[in-house]
Amino acid sequence: MTEPALNDPMLPMPFVVVENIKNNPDCTLLAVRPVDSSHLCLYKPGQFFMLYAFGYGEVPISINSDPSLKHSLTFTIRDVGGVTAALCALEPGDPLGVRGPFGNGWPMEDLAGRDVIVMAGGLGCVPLRPVVYHLLQNRKDYGRVSLLYGSRKPEAFLFNKELQIWKRHIDVRLIVDDPAPNWDGPFGHTTDLVKNLEIDKDNTSVMICGPEIMINLSADKMLELGIPPQHVHISMERNMKCAIGQCGRCQFGPDFICKDGPVFAYDKVVERLLDIKEV
Amino acid sequence: MKKTDSPAACIDRKDIDALFAALKAEGYALVGPTVQNGVIVYDDISTAGDLPIGWRDEQEAGTYRLKKRGDAALFGYNVGPQAWKKFLFPPREKLWTADKTRHAIAFHPETPDAPGYAFIGVRACDIHAIRVQDKVFMSKNHANPRYKARREKAFILAVNCGQAAKTCFCMSMNTGPKAEDGFDLALTEIIGDSHYFVVETGTEQGKALLDKIPHRAANEDDLKSAAACTDNAKNEMGRKLDTTGLKDILSRNYENPRWEIVAERCLTCANCTMVCPTCFCSTVEDTTDLAGNHAERWQTWDSCFTMDFTHLHGGGSVRHSEKARYRQWMTHKLSTWFDQFDTSGCVGCGRCIAWCPVGIDITEEAAALRTSDGEKND
Amino acid sequence: MTKPKLAVWKFASCDGCQLSLLDCEDELLSLAGEIDIANFREASRAVVEGPYDLSLVEGSITTPHDRERIVEVRAQSKYLVTIGACATAGGIQALRNFKDVKDFISIVYAHPEYIDTLETSTPIAAHVHVDYELHGCPINKKQLLEVINSFLHKRKPDIPSYSVCIECKRRGTPCVTVSHGIACLGPVTHAGCGAICPAYNRGCYGCYGPKETPNTESLARWLRGNEMISEEDMLRLFRTFNADAPAFKKESERHE
Ligand SMILES: Cc1cc2nc3c(=O)[nH]c(=O)nc-3n(C[C@H](O)[C@H](O)[C@H](O)COP(=O)(O)OP(=O)(O)OC[C@H]3O[C@@H](n4cnc5c(N)ncnc54)[C@H](O)[C@@H]3O)c2cc1C
Ligand code: SF4
Ligand code: SF4
Ligand code: FES
Repeated sequence: MTEPALNDPMLPMPFVVVENIKNNPDCTLLAVRPVDSSHLCLYKPGQFFMLYAFGYGEVPISINSDPSLKHSLTFTIRDVGGVTAALCALEPGDPLGVRGPFGNGWPMEDLAGRDVIVMAGGLGCVPLRPVVYHLLQNRKDYGRVSLLYGSRKPEAFLFNKELQIWKRHIDVRLIVDDPAPNWDGPFGHTTDLVKNLEIDKDNTSVMICGPEIMINLSADKMLELGIPPQHVHISMERNMKCAIGQCGRCQFGPDFICKDGPVFAYDKVVERLLDIKEV
Repeated sequence: MKKTDSPAACIDRKDIDALFAALKAEGYALVGPTVQNGVIVYDDISTAGDLPIGWRDEQEAGTYRLKKRGDAALFGYNVGPQAWKKFLFPPREKLWTADKTRHAIAFHPETPDAPGYAFIGVRACDIHAIRVQDKVFMSKNHANPRYKARREKAFILAVNCGQAAKTCFCMSMNTGPKAEDGFDLALTEIIGDSHYFVVETGTEQGKALLDKIPHRAANEDDLKSAAACTDNAKNEMGRKLDTTGLKDILSRNYENPRWEIVAERCLTCANCTMVCPTCFCSTVEDTTDLAGNHAERWQTWDSCFTMDFTHLHGGGSVRHSEKARYRQWMTHKLSTWFDQFDTSGCVGCGRCIAWCPVGIDITEEAAALRTSDGEKND
Repeated sequence: MTKPKLAVWKFASCDGCQLSLLDCEDELLSLAGEIDIANFREASRAVVEGPYDLSLVEGSITTPHDRERIVEVRAQSKYLVTIGACATAGGIQALRNFKDVKDFISIVYAHPEYIDTLETSTPIAAHVHVDYELHGCPINKKQLLEVINSFLHKRKPDIPSYSVCIECKRRGTPCVTVSHGIACLGPVTHAGCGAICPAYNRGCYGCYGPKETPNTESLARWLRGNEMISEEDMLRLFRTFNADAPAFKKESERHE
């Protein structure tokens, strides 16, 4: 009788921590691998996993690794509460549970041949990192690629080393909220980085992730610049318990963010719902 | 379940116990309506004597009372505060346990505990409600193995309503009062010169069961009497919900001032969601023993009316106002459910109307939105 | 690693909440393995000096002496949890807040001049910073264990603040207001007791205090409008163990 239970979508798989690197004061990069080494970690950029810290609970965390690596997963986790704190405290060799991948992911297949603008606000850079890797690995399949990345403070930028490398291959523009002594770049909002960006509105796709207000403003900006809504993609966040459309928590109007999202085209429905409070 | 084309039959009132005994002999656990503390609930039953004999339920927004009918009907009432989801999707259920050593966690799945339930007295609206939940829990990609095991084994003995409560509106939702399919056997209770049941068979299992108990073929008169029962229920139907264009009305009225009016009354107590036969929201509890080496995950019924439901770290709850929570519930039932599951989330059973402690009425709210369609606060 | 030190403190209260801890027989044993019960007069005379990692505080502040003592307790406690209606909302003794306390004293005591008491009974949080409040009169022992357990493992206690109705429905109790016309505070009361009273066909007395976003006004309007309760009884219904909790206080004042 164990057969049906093994197909239980709510049952985590045992994984172990390979590496734990503190990125900045409250963000930790966690690399994990399946205990069953024959298990391949297959996923698309923009999907997420449910990570279970023993006894603390389970939270949705975006996949953050280079998608060509199939034997491990990496996540970047910000310590904001019970479960995330427990995950950030895990050390190499410590066990955890993993379910996934879930969600639709970024529409990478629709991007071929197009210019791509990647817009990230704060921790929103996490689910976009695999996108950048994918674009770099298949650089010739895409046109111009720009990464516009905003952060509250200079020290809160994630992936600093990689940003330096990426700069050699794509257009990387950074901005911080307010002037800071250790910052000689621009300050303001991510949308300010669009100034003097050359945009071919009929051949550009945009991917946006960050706090909801940043998503809303950035997407509106892109529509204003004439990019059609079906080419503006956003990634959303809501409370999630199941990730399979059964707990009901992540509903956003007609959609379950866990299975119909987290990535949505910024069409009329989504644009309208985002403008209404408390949907 | 495929419908069979067997002709209708009749069973005598006194042979209902034979029917129950036959189900028991097949190994089914019988659950059905029974009176407890002045309310008809669903619980273990054994014989016809456990049924609410001679009772009817008088219902209105915010009230429910049992009254004597003046006859000895077995199924002369409509629906109470409980739904069959209490068996298929229990209010609290263990999902798995886990044990931890220094470098490993062993997860132990809970094997689906699946008694074969025989549901006695399932109304047409509730058959539809079960099918609505099937769409949630038995999706192709991610079936809930416990729900699925119980659902697939369940025997459904439907009963066609011969009366309707003031809170009923199945006719508006096209879900009743007569069960068209989705049952193993369906009874229509006839009380006249004699007390008997017209039986329709829905499945081969149903037919096989019927063959084990005394019955006779139904004649024209029997079928007429059964139709008259259904007509009586239609005539008594206490409420209406105009569904024309309703899905779109809801989806374009997120900012209608009506939500504020209902929010002044709504207690955000969640009773409506708990009693609704289609509401499926849940949460999980992760626990450990004090030493912290043994963990469990439990799933429990939850509700879109709680603050925790949309809690986001840092930002508090997405739907913090009462207005937003009631709006989510009703818009989901009557509009976004179609987008998600290609069906209405409401089957017109009226439970949410009767069991709302302050009598908020989904049909009244829908009608009010229709008349104020397009109004908006600035 | 040394075990975290637990202290239990008592202010104006009936001891019922502390008894919940004593009532955790089996759990208390494994608790003793994880935590050092350093100061718990109800259980043992032996006292280990502070500071304490976790302090559980029962009771409300009703005397000038207590008002000073709670400041000392706070100073010795890294994490302070108040337990029960007295500590979180002033308790039944907060009824004095609605009257002149001297009247009570002269009725109750032979020598009123010996009684040194404050005009009000106030919750601990009115005096010092409280890290977590556990509601109930008395508290539920499972919830108390959850608070201690979550403290030990540094996570947020899983203690829902929704209505008693949810607990009622999960255990299968039909609503007593709807089916019998009994006035019940369940829809505005914080879950936690497991919905005991309605299971015995009585209305909820609100022992766990107001729930999140309590709409007491709508409930009161409905109960009165359907003549399930008189105006005087409505006042009493909201004025019991959590009389001074803001939402209940405001509602009771509407029925004065
Ligand atoms: C699709 C998706 C991808 C995400 N990717 C990342 C990522 O890559 N890195 C990262 O640091 N964070 C990510 N988050 C956010 C992360 O899941 C929350 O920070 C986390 O759930 C907070 O839980 P906690 O127990 O640590 O915090 P607490 O604030 O203590 O949470 C308390 C409770 O709130 C609930 N809760 C709060 N926020 C959420 C949420 N978003 N989803 C589910 N439950 C929540 C939990 O139920 C938890 O029990 C993502 C969220 C989503 C939906
Ligand atoms: S509609 Fe009624 S039952 Fe539902 S949450 Fe509001 S007050 Fe409670
Ligand atoms: S929304 Fe109300 S009437 Fe509709 S199915 Fe649910 S409980 Fe029944
Ligand atoms: S997370 Fe449960 S429905 Fe989306």
